[in-house]
Amino acid sequence: MMLHKADVVIVGGGLMGSAAAFFLRQRGQSVILLERDQIGQYASGVNFGNVRRQGRFLGQLELANRSWALWRRLPELIDDDLEFIASGHMRVCYREDEIPELEAYAAAPEAAQLDLKIYRGAELHERFPFLGPEVKGGSYAPHDGHANPRLAAPAFARAARRLGARIEEQTEVADVQKVGGEFTVTTTDGRQFSAERLLITAGAWGQKLSEQFGEPVPLDTHGPQMAVTEPVPYALPTVIGVYTKIPEEVIYFRQIPRGNIIIGGGYRSKPDMLNRRAYVEPRSILNQMDQMRRLLPGVGNLNIIRVWSGIEGYLPDSLPVMGPSGNVDGLYYAFGFCGHGFQLGPGVGDVMAELISTGSTSTSIEPFSIRRFASSAEQRTTEQRSRAS
Amino acid sequence: MATARIVIVGAGPAGIRCAETLLAAGLKPILIDENRRDGGQIYRRQPEGFTRDYVTLYGTEAAKAKDLHQSFDRLRGQIDYRPDTLVWNLTPGQLCCVSQGKHSTVDYDALILCTGATDRLMPTEGWQLAGTYSLGGAQIALKSQAVSIGHRVVFMGSGPLLYLVASQYVKAGASVAAVLDTSPRIKRIGALPKLLARPGLLFTGMKLLAQLYRAKIPVHLGINPLQVLGDAASGVSGVRISMAKGETLTIDCDAVALGYHLRPETQLADLAGCRMRFDEASSQWWLAVDEAGRTSVSGVYAAGDGSKIRGADAAEHAGRLVAMALLEDLQQPVNIGLRDEQRHALAVMDQFRLGLAQAFPWPAAQAKALPDSAIVCRCEMISAGELRRTVSEKGACEVNRAKAFSRVGMGRCQGRYCSQAGAEVIAAAAGVSVQQVGRQRGQAPVKPLSMLTEEVSP
Ligand SMILES: Cc1cc2nc3c(=O)[nH]c(=O)nc-3n(C[C@H](O)[C@H](O)[C@H](O)COP(=O)(O)OP(=O)(O)OC[C@H]3O[C@@H](n4cnc5c(N)ncnc54)[C@H](O)[C@@H]3O)c2cc1C
Ligand SMILES: Cc1cc2nc3c(=O)[nH]c(=O)nc-3n(C[C@H](O)[C@H](O)[C@H](O)COP(=O)(O)OP(=O)(O)OC[C@H]3O[C@@H](n4cnc5c(N)ncnc54)[C@H](O)[C@@H]3O)c2cc1C
Repeated sequence: MMLHKADVVIVGGGLMGSAAAFFLRQRGQSVILLERDQIGQYASGVNFGNVRRQGRFLGQLELANRSWALWRRLPELIDDDLEFIASGHMRVCYREDEIPELEAYAAAPEAAQLDLKIYRGAELHERFPFLGPEVKGGSYAPHDGHANPRLAAPAFARAARRLGARIEEQTEVADVQKVGGEFTVTTTDGRQFSAERLLITAGAWGQKLSEQFGEPVPLDTHGPQMAVTEPVPYALPTVIGVYTKIPEEVIYFRQIPRGNIIIGGGYRSKPDMLNRRAYVEPRSILNQMDQMRRLLPGVGNLNIIRVWSGIEGYLPDSLPVMGPSGNVDGLYYAFGFCGHGFQLGPGVGDVMAELISTGSTSTSIEPFSIRRFASSAEQRTTEQRSRAS
Repeated sequence: MATARIVIVGAGPAGIRCAETLLAAGLKPILIDENRRDGGQIYRRQPEGFTRDYVTLYGTEAAKAKDLHQSFDRLRGQIDYRPDTLVWNLTPGQLCCVSQGKHSTVDYDALILCTGATDRLMPTEGWQLAGTYSLGGAQIALKSQAVSIGHRVVFMGSGPLLYLVASQYVKAGASVAAVLDTSPRIKRIGALPKLLARPGLLFTGMKLLAQLYRAKIPVHLGINPLQVLGDAASGVSGVRISMAKGETLTIDCDAVALGYHLRPETQLADLAGCRMRFDEASSQWWLAVDEAGRTSVSGVYAAGDGSKIRGADAAEHAGRLVAMALLEDLQQPVNIGLRDEQRHALAVMDQFRLGLAQAFPWPAAQAKALPDSAIVCRCEMISAGELRRTVSEKGACEVNRAKAFSRVGMGRCQGRYCSQAGAEVIAAAAGVSVQQVGRQRGQAPVKPLSMLTEEVSP
């Protein structure tokens, strides 16, 4: 049996794995990236494309800022254009009493770099005349924007490959183990790879691998719903999303320079994890139309030409699992990004590369540690043991 | 289970014969069609108020058209017919429909897809210019509005419909500049034994050809399309081809009707999760169905050109046969004699369709030879060169992958017009067979859906 060895083996070739491979190579680590299907085929390739920082958990903004700085360095950074434009992001609300919440967010020290500006009343409708009359206020983030998700992970993977990373597609990892000082990764077709450090970036499947190291996490899956219209003249550079506590009111849209308007939000579907497909819920598309007419009355007689969904992993607190393992030396995780991972992608890759090659990172990722689930995991193992006995 | 909710999508020859057979067995299906009138593609009825007679409209097929329409008129009051209703999506057991901007759902226990076929197209440099139509589009203009697509029309492509539509134009008094067929004569001779399975139809085809010759329409075989000439401002001004012997010919015209026979409409079946198979003879993906029309998904059936492209007569037989398959599955008695009659008729038609595929082959090599500047995807205006670069630079050797990188097939036609040619371009650039690059996965909506669509409570 042929053994393949590198400094770091990465399992999962979404944006996280691809970006990590790139930054690890930049730091001189040898890398093997293993992807079950095709690079960026899942969440990373089908998401809405929001490169949005505002509205995130405040404790995540430091990471998001680091990522944003990398987005700004595209296309030079990887010598590829991901169609990123920092065209601004506007988070709007339908209720007066939600405006103070937007203000509080804007005033938080963590959000300082975002340069948020709150709009309301006449000023709001002057600046964004196309918004519906029900919109009462909004928080404008001038530096946030959007990019083309279909291009992102493959471009990072190609850049990593150019720097010497080895990338294996159609390679599904079945088993991961640490024996002595080394991880052995076995694929479903019987190949083996080994490394002293292992990074799990398996998205909505990450918990299957963390479980093998005694660190199960309660990861759930959902399929956010997306739609796109036929092209119309480019007039809406700002990405707009609704801030609300009512799930069906959640709607967001962006227009790309070639004219199409991409829409997301509302009800999510339950993905079919057996066939690895997330389906579109027809009622969610109808709801999106309703909500779009409310948010952007001028949307009028545009046609939806395509709808889709994707599989994303969610943890109960809507934060990812990111950082070193709590159990095993040399093991690292970055998965379960809960619908916010596209913006974070480059930053996550950079931080994980820093962490893996230097042993620490200058960016705070403590809130995302897998250890936050440790107590419940221990409980479960104890339960299992007592059931077994 | 006599109360099974049965829904037929498509009121063409397959759907109508299917409904008729079910009704005769005491079952009342729902019949949905996006057209305002019944008849499907070939027997499309003229809009209410138009009064052209059957022979003018349907030529040699007038008797069959009349018979089908009369059958439908007898059924109409007894089934739940829903015209002007598009099925835009489905989930297991439920169809999503839209009619005049109103959305509704229709539950089903059994679904019979009789969705027909549309033109199969191969790009030619310049085909995005205004004035280039599909053969089907050219025929619809004539049949439903009695207008020609231009003052001087070139018919280019291959297949029986090329001659049919051209002769319908001649008959309607339109000026046909030329009929240009990419298939050389030798292919037809080779296919004769199979085509003789239906001597009557073969004879009809020959008569069409004779009509064209009699009208002194230039007919060139074995040609290679080089370019649709013209400019963005004034549209098509001609076509440039190379002839069988190699010399180049330019023909002036202001409209081109283009088509290479048909491709099945399989989006709904695809969304239902039905398995597809690669049909070697026609070199395209078809729905995998058993002899009677059962798909791989239980409760989902298909008949007519949407499952196997065998033409209108076969669609009628297949419509009856699929109804009987459903009756059998519902443990209802069927008329064995009638069933076997359909089977035998279809066996003959299978033979004939193989002959057609041989006589008028899909010109895969054209895709390979397309200049880099030629547009492949007209909706998104993506060129062959751009598509090839996604293969050579980005390693996309699969259709959906190449679509994600290049946008070929992402526009409002949902890949109907470009995805097969796109697959050929990808296959040629990757150096693999077209079967290996796969097929574009279907995505809802089946046709563009207005943002003004409103839900109605059921
Ligand atoms: C529809 C949708 C819309 C979204 N919109 C946005 C947005 O607008 N903005 C934003 O910031 N975020 C958005 N997100 C979230 C974002 O897309 C994800 O958080 C991010 O792409 C996650 O990247 P990833 O690399 O962790 O996961 P993935 O892209 O899922 O990649 C994980 C990879 O691991 C592979 N893998 C799994 N198990 C194995 C194994 N055993 N062996 C080998 N490989 C394996 C998988 O095949 C997969 O390719 C959205 C997500 C979805 C689904
Ligand atoms: C230009 C052209 C010329 C032709 N000429 C001939 C000819 O001369 N001789 C011959 O034998 N054959 C001819 N054919 C082929 C012939 O049209 C078909 O063989 C025949 O119509 C097949 O019948 P069908 O019932 O399978 O489908 P069709 O007659 O195509 O009917 C399908 C019906 O399904 C409906 N439908 C499809 N999808 C949906 C949806 N999602 N929601 C609601 N409704 C839907 C359509 O509106 C349509 O009415 C021609 C085809 C074309 C395109």
